[in-house]
Amino acid sequence: MTLSVLAVDDSRTMRDMIKIALTQAGFTSTLAEDGEHGLEVLDDMTPPDVIITDINMPKLDGFGFIDAVRAQEKHRGIPILVLTTESADTLKARARKAGATGWIVKPFDPAKLVRALKMVAG
Amino acid sequence: MTSPDPMAEIKASFFIECEELLESLQDGLEALSNGETDSETINVVFRAVHSIKGGAGAFGLDQLVEFAHTYETVLDSIRSGDLAVDPNIMRVLFQAGDILSDLVRLSRDGEVIEPSLTQDTYKALQDIVGETSDGDSGADDDIDFQPMGLALDLDFADDAKSVFTVMFKPSSELFESGNEPLHLLKALSELGEATVACDTKELPVVDELDFETGYLQWTIRLETEADKSAIEEVFEFVDGLCQLTITEGEDLPATDLPEIEEDETPEPQAVTPVAAVATSAQQATAPAPGQPTAAPRATVRVDLERVDRLVNLVGELVINQAMLSQSISAIGVQPSSEVSSGLEEFMRLTRDIQDSVMMIRAQPIKSLFQRMSRIVREASADVGKTVRFVTEGEGTEIDKTVIERLSDPLTHMIRNAVDHGLEKGDARRANGKPEEGIVKLSAAHRSGRVVIEISDDGAGINRPRVHQIAVEKGLIAPDTQLTDTEIDNLLFAPGFSTASEISNLSGRGVGMDVVRSAIQALGGRISISSTPGAGTSFTISLPLTLAVLDGMVVHVAGEAMVVPLNSIAETLALTTKELEQLGSNKFLVRIRDQFVPLLDLGVELGYRAPLDRYEGAVVLLISQEDGSRAALVVDSIQDQRQVVIKGLEESYGRVPGVAAATILGDGQIALILDPTDIITNASGRVSSDDTLFDLAG
Repeated sequence: MTLSVLAVDDSRTMRDMIKIALTQAGFTSTLAEDGEHGLEVLDDMTPPDVIITDINMPKLDGFGFIDAVRAQEKHRGIPILVLTTESADTLKARARKAGATGWIVKPFDPAKLVRALKMVAG
Repeated sequence: MTSPDPMAEIKASFFIECEELLESLQDGLEALSNGETDSETINVVFRAVHSIKGGAGAFGLDQLVEFAHTYETVLDSIRSGDLAVDPNIMRVLFQAGDILSDLVRLSRDGEVIEPSLTQDTYKALQDIVGETSDGDSGADDDIDFQPMGLALDLDFADDAKSVFTVMFKPSSELFESGNEPLHLLKALSELGEATVACDTKELPVVDELDFETGYLQWTIRLETEADKSAIEEVFEFVDGLCQLTITEGEDLPATDLPEIEEDETPEPQAVTPVAAVATSAQQATAPAPGQPTAAPRATVRVDLERVDRLVNLVGELVINQAMLSQSISAIGVQPSSEVSSGLEEFMRLTRDIQDSVMMIRAQPIKSLFQRMSRIVREASADVGKTVRFVTEGEGTEIDKTVIERLSDPLTHMIRNAVDHGLEKGDARRANGKPEEGIVKLSAAHRSGRVVIEISDDGAGINRPRVHQIAVEKGLIAPDTQLTDTEIDNLLFAPGFSTASEISNLSGRGVGMDVVRSAIQALGGRISISSTPGAGTSFTISLPLTLAVLDGMVVHVAGEAMVVPLNSIAETLALTTKELEQLGSNKFLVRIRDQFVPLLDLGVELGYRAPLDRYEGAVVLLISQEDGSRAALVVDSIQDQRQVVIKGLEESYGRVPGVAAATILGDGQIALILDPTDIITNASGRVSSDDTLFDLAG
């Protein structure tokens, strides 16, 4: 199964790691470096199968990004996984309210990320 | 392109990113301390630390993670408004930034991190947020950083199969969150053998169907080697978005579902799965294969080695072009001809290419300035002075190597400025100055060079004291009359130290003479100026790059050589009047009432025996701005030009008196001399390391 994934993270290291994990799983990845950039990229691309997003990012944070994605009719159904170092339940609840599909705490286990992606995107 | 270990590559990239993050952290902290407490500034600081923590966690750099976490906690309280920034907190934040930068460096170099490095600051941070430092406050974090999925992997080792019954009823919110029941069922079935039963009794007629409402519920019988936690993991993301029961055993009839009355109005039931399948199928068929990876900003990271190779090749191109010009003019082509004008254009382009390539190596000097900011903080704390550090021209670009090699000399000078330059607070008050001293560091491009200035608003150089010390140290005779500039320049004399006792701050066995040699080794010059009561200022002028050099081509014993232009004060032809003989084969040249030792380059480099007489000889007066001077005898001067530096050290090791080599326009190889080294080597023999000979007075 090949999935197309949009990953939004302001840390280059994280983007690199996500990309490697995805590539090794045979997925295609598109990367963006903050929420605003993520929205631009999303706008330009064939809608991805899954979106991965960080929470703490400049310009537009993860919550704002998820809100904005969910506000678009055509992106309403795309699963969004939050990948962050945050683990507070209040933040998880906020992300879920915004429309996040799942939450993975960094540092992430690549295998777990791939399992989660397959799980949410089929 | 692909390295055998992608993780090593990412790790290297992580540390580069850390440098950038530490830089924005510094910027942010500076802004914060200047009262810019808007949320974006605080966010920048927070995110920098946060990202370092995140990356460090991925590489198992636990000490870095732990420290960053505590730091982040403090920043988070500031961000949320629970904590107001005051000078004391600011100080701890700066300190923590410094420690964080140390931790990053040590982690990068794979060095051992002593707990003593972090413990004070760690405690200070914890005190701020009111955590008790029982040394185990990181216990909480361990949970955050537990790599997930570990348990699942272990479970697979367990062979025993067991049967679970899972009852799952998604709520409408589950669909809004982008989750998809079918995928969950599929994931569940991958754990073992699953028998799924679906209850469709709530399904409405098609007209009343709402795609995002959960109408269905499933009961799954799962025979698996995995344990309950693996099943829970499948439903982890939908926790709270569905009714879920997982029971071990198979007590429930697959079709007869337990009654669940819940929040949802008994919606008419639906084809949700159908809709979902359609969406998934649509997405699956359009997977955007060659989807380009969105480029993060318009920069590329290139291995420095590759840049250097390019720089080298362009250097060759410049040489080649010069050779071509020379041979074309040799065959007598008219300057007005097309060949000549084409060649001229070629020359211009080559220069442009060279400049552009050099700029690739150039970096803003900012990182260096930020390091100095830390030095000021540490030094001022050590000597108990209040110091404001002002920087200007941080964006000035200069060769990366120059930046690296400036670090030590600048550190020393900045420490000096804080330690010796500025007066103590009470002395400043007595002189009507604000108690807070100012140390200023600025950089600017000026006529093809970079000029860096380090100044303080302290007491200025105490010239009578400097004079006295120079006499005590035997550097000058007691009755020597010197101008203010000459006295100031005594600071650069080897072995000179103004501090009556070496303070542990700027002492460290390094004097301004070492600073000066370091600057000179970079092809730079340093000068000093001071106004009593108003302060001292050092000006360093540096070439933009280390790859080319302005030099004077001279001939000695039939060999062409290049002498760096920045070391030549003047050139002159000797007359009898200027020459004084000292013993059998030692000569001095009298230049404006000072004697300068005469060194024959041919002799110094071992090409020939000393000449009998030097009248009429051409000499280069080498001056290092401080008095260490010598007159170098050459046979003739050819011209001045820019030459491309070719290092020799890799092939030949360090050759005394020779800095490097170059290839001249005619293809001839010429050595680039190191005049300072030649003079130092000679002075051992000539026994005149002090060239400030006192003459008539």
